[in-house]
Amino acid sequence: MTSQTDPSAGSDITVPDELQNNVVITNIAKVLDPVYNWGRRNSVWPMVFGLACCAIEMICTAASRYDLARFGMEVFRATPRQSDLMIISGTVTKKMVPTIVRLYNQMPEPRYVMSMGACASGGGPFKEGYNVVDGIDKFLPVDVYVPGCPPTPQALINGLIALQEKIGQQSIATVPWYSKQGDEFTGAVPIPVLGPDLVDLRQIDIIREEAAKAETNDTAVEETAESAMPEAA
Amino acid sequence: MSEMTLDAPEDEGAVTVNDNPVESAIARLKERFPDAVSDDPRDGYEGVIVDADKLIEVSEALRDDLGFEYLSSVTGVDLIDDGKLEVVYHVYNIEEGGSAVVMKAQTDRDNASLPSLVSVWPGADFQEREVWDMYGVHFEGHPDLRRILLWDGFKGHPLRKDWQEPFFEEEHKPFGSRWPGGSVARIEDSNPFGKNVQYPEGWLPTGDEYDVEIDMYPHEPAHREDESTRMVTDKVTVNMGPQHPSTHGVFRMVVELDGETVVSLKPVMGYLHRNHEKIGERNTFIQNIPYTDRLDYLSSMGNNLGYVLTIEKLLGSEVTERAEWIRILMAELTRIANHLWALGFLINDLGALQTPMLYFYLERELILDFFEAASGARLLCNYMRFGGVAYDLPDKVRETDTMTFLHDLIYENIPNVLDQGENLFVGNEIVRTRSIGVGVLTREDAIAYSAAGPVLRASGVQYDVRRAEPYSYYDKLDFDIPVRYNGDVYDRLLIRMDEMRQSLRILEQVLPHLKETEGMPVIGGKPQYAIRMPKAGEAYGRVENPKGELGYYVTAKRRDANPQRYHVRAPSFINLTALGKMCEGHKVADVVVILGSIDIVLGEVDR
Repeated sequence: MTSQTDPSAGSDITVPDELQNNVVITNIAKVLDPVYNWGRRNSVWPMVFGLACCAIEMICTAASRYDLARFGMEVFRATPRQSDLMIISGTVTKKMVPTIVRLYNQMPEPRYVMSMGACASGGGPFKEGYNVVDGIDKFLPVDVYVPGCPPTPQALINGLIALQEKIGQQSIATVPWYSKQGDEFTGAVPIPVLGPDLVDLRQIDIIREEAAKAETNDTAVEETAESAMPEAA
Repeated sequence: MSEMTLDAPEDEGAVTVNDNPVESAIARLKERFPDAVSDDPRDGYEGVIVDADKLIEVSEALRDDLGFEYLSSVTGVDLIDDGKLEVVYHVYNIEEGGSAVVMKAQTDRDNASLPSLVSVWPGADFQEREVWDMYGVHFEGHPDLRRILLWDGFKGHPLRKDWQEPFFEEEHKPFGSRWPGGSVARIEDSNPFGKNVQYPEGWLPTGDEYDVEIDMYPHEPAHREDESTRMVTDKVTVNMGPQHPSTHGVFRMVVELDGETVVSLKPVMGYLHRNHEKIGERNTFIQNIPYTDRLDYLSSMGNNLGYVLTIEKLLGSEVTERAEWIRILMAELTRIANHLWALGFLINDLGALQTPMLYFYLERELILDFFEAASGARLLCNYMRFGGVAYDLPDKVRETDTMTFLHDLIYENIPNVLDQGENLFVGNEIVRTRSIGVGVLTREDAIAYSAAGPVLRASGVQYDVRRAEPYSYYDKLDFDIPVRYNGDVYDRLLIRMDEMRQSLRILEQVLPHLKETEGMPVIGGKPQYAIRMPKAGEAYGRVENPKGELGYYVTAKRRDANPQRYHVRAPSFINLTALGKMCEGHKVADVVVILGSIDIVLGEVDR
C-alpha cells in the first residue's frame, strides 16, 4: 500500500499520520477498472463458430486435454447475442462474409474478434482464390491475430491470454463503446452484398470511380477509333 | 459383430488380374452403339468418347445390361485448344470391383450443352450442378440446375482456362516475380480496391444484388387445406445454417416443414469454397500436397495418400517397401482418428452434449501426437511424397520409444476406448430409440445416389476400394469389409465401430513389417523437392478414405510441371446428394442426427 496521495486524483485531502498505511486516495476509475476488467477478462464467452480446419483445433483446445475452462472461456455460446468473443477459425469466403458481418453486428458490445490462423489473418494458402476474402480485417476490427496453419491449441491459448491482457489494460473512461461518439468500430458494420463479386458497401465511391474511369476509357477508345477511321480510309 | 461381417472375397486374385470386365464392357458398348461410342484416341487417355445424343442410352445400357451401376465421379475439363468442353464420367461395377469405365462427352465451348444423367443416376445431381457452376455446361433435363458452390449472379465460370481471378499473376507457378529472385510486391497494391475483388468494366451496384440471406426461401407461402377439418395451414420453411452448432461447419439446409415433419430438404453449400481446383491447376504437382491436407481436414494423411498415388500413376515412380507400410499405418490411424471424431459428434448430435465426445478425443490426441512426432504437424500433416513419405518414423513419441508407443496404442488404448464406447452407447436406450429406423437409405438408393464409404456399407453394399481395386499393400493384408443392412443412423454408427476394429486388425499386421524394414529408405527416386514432369495423359486414383471413396482426376500435358485438370471426387460432397431423400418424413430434430451420421467435412464438401 502506498501512503502517497495520487496526484491525478486531484485531491488535497491530508491523511493523518497514523492512517498513512491504511488509506489510499485515488479516483473511482482506478478502483473500478481493475475490478471490472478482472471480471470480464476471466469470463470471456466465445461463440460456437467454426469455419474450417482451425475450428477442429479450437474444439481440441476446448476439450479436456487443453481445457480452456482454466481461463474462464469454456462457455461456448451458440448465439452471438450471448457472446463476447468471435474466433474467426478458418478461411473466410466471399459467400460467407455477409453472414459473419451480420453475426458480428448481433454481438453486444464490448465484443472482441480473434483471427485464428493464416487464412483468417490474410487469406493464407488460399489467398489467390476467387472466392476467398484476403483477411477478415478487411471487414471487421481484429483484436488478436494467432499465426499458424492451423495454430496448435497452445498457440490459440497464447492468443487468448494476449486478449486477456488487452482487456486488462482497458479503461471504462476511454473505451469507445461507452463514449457518446464511439469510433469507427462501434455500431454496425455494413453487411457486404454479393453482386458479380463481393461488394463492400464502404467502397462504393471507389467502385463508382472505377466505373467512371472505365466509361471514359471506352469513349476514348471509341473516339480514337472514329478519328482513326477516316485517316485509314 | 462377426455375424454381420462377411469374409473377404477368396478369389481376390481373380478380381485384380481380371481387368477384362471393363474391356469387355467397352467392347460390347462399341458393338451396340457403333456410331456413338469410340475409343479415346489421345495418347495416355483411356475409356470411350460418347456422342452427346446417345449419352443417356449408352448410360442406361451400361447400368442395366453391363452391371456398371455405380456412377462415381462426374467432372468437367476445358479443352481450350480444341474449343471444346469435356465431361468425364467414371462408372464402376459394384459387384465385381475393378477399375472404371471412363465415359467422355464433348460439347462446344461457346454453347455448351449436354443431356443430364440425373434420370439415370440421381447421384449425378450435385456433380452436374458443380460442372455447370465451374464450366458453364448446360445439362438439358436437369431438375434444378443452379449454381452450387458460388452464388447466382457471379460473373463467369471460374474453372474455364481463360477465366482469371482478381489476384491473377501468371498462368502457372512458380511465378516469375518470385523465383529465383524473390519479390516483396503485395498483390493487393495492384488492385484498385485493395481487396480480392473484380467487377465487370463499368459495373455499378443496382441495389438488387443477390441476397444470400433470403436465397432459397419460398416467395409465396404454400397453403394446405385439410379436408377433414377445413383448416388452412401453411408449410413452414426453416433455415439451418450456415452458422448453426449442429451443421459441422458452414453448411446450410433449407427445410420445409409440415408441422414438425420434414417435407423437403435442400442443402446449400459453397460457404467454404476455397477454390482448391483452380489453385491446384496453377500449382506444380508437388505444391498440391499440402493443399490436399485441407480437403478433409480430419483425415489429412488419407488425402495425401490418394493424391500421391494418382500422381505416381502419371510419373510411374516406384515406392519403397518401408514407405508403403508407413503409408498404411498412417492411413489406418487416420481412419481411427476420424471415426472417433465422427462418433463423438454423432453422439453429441443425439443429445449427449459434449461429455461422450471428450472420452473419444483423449485417445484421438494420442494419434495426433504420433502424427506430430512423425510429420511435424498435428492435424494437417503434409507427410506423403511421390515415391514414399517425407520422413522416417521418429525415434520417440511422448518420451516413449515409437514402436512401444504404437504397440500400446494399437493393443491397449484404442481397443479400450472402443470397448468403453460400445458399453456406453451401443445398447443405450436413448441412442437406439433415436437412431434405429431413422434416416433409412435403401441399398438401391445408396447405389443410385452414389453414396460411398460407411454410408454405402451401412446400406448393405459390401464395397470398399481397398478390396475392389487394391492399392498400396492392402492386397497383402488380412481384413474384413464390415457391412450392415438396415441403412439407418444406428447402422452407420455401428459400422464405424466395426471399421475401427478392422483398422486395428490391419495395424497389428503392419507393426512387424515396420520392425523388419527399419533403416530402409522411405523414399525412392529423385530428390523429393525436384519438380517432376510426368508423361502426358490422364490418371484417376482413388483410396478408401474414412468418409468414402476419395478420387483424384488429373490430366497433364507432356513436360508440363502443372496439372492441366485437377479434380477431387469428394465423398462428403457426393454423400450429401442423398441427404434430402434420407430426411423426408422424419422430424426436424432428426435432420441433425442424420447429417451427423453421414459425417461430412466442409473443407471437402465445398473444396
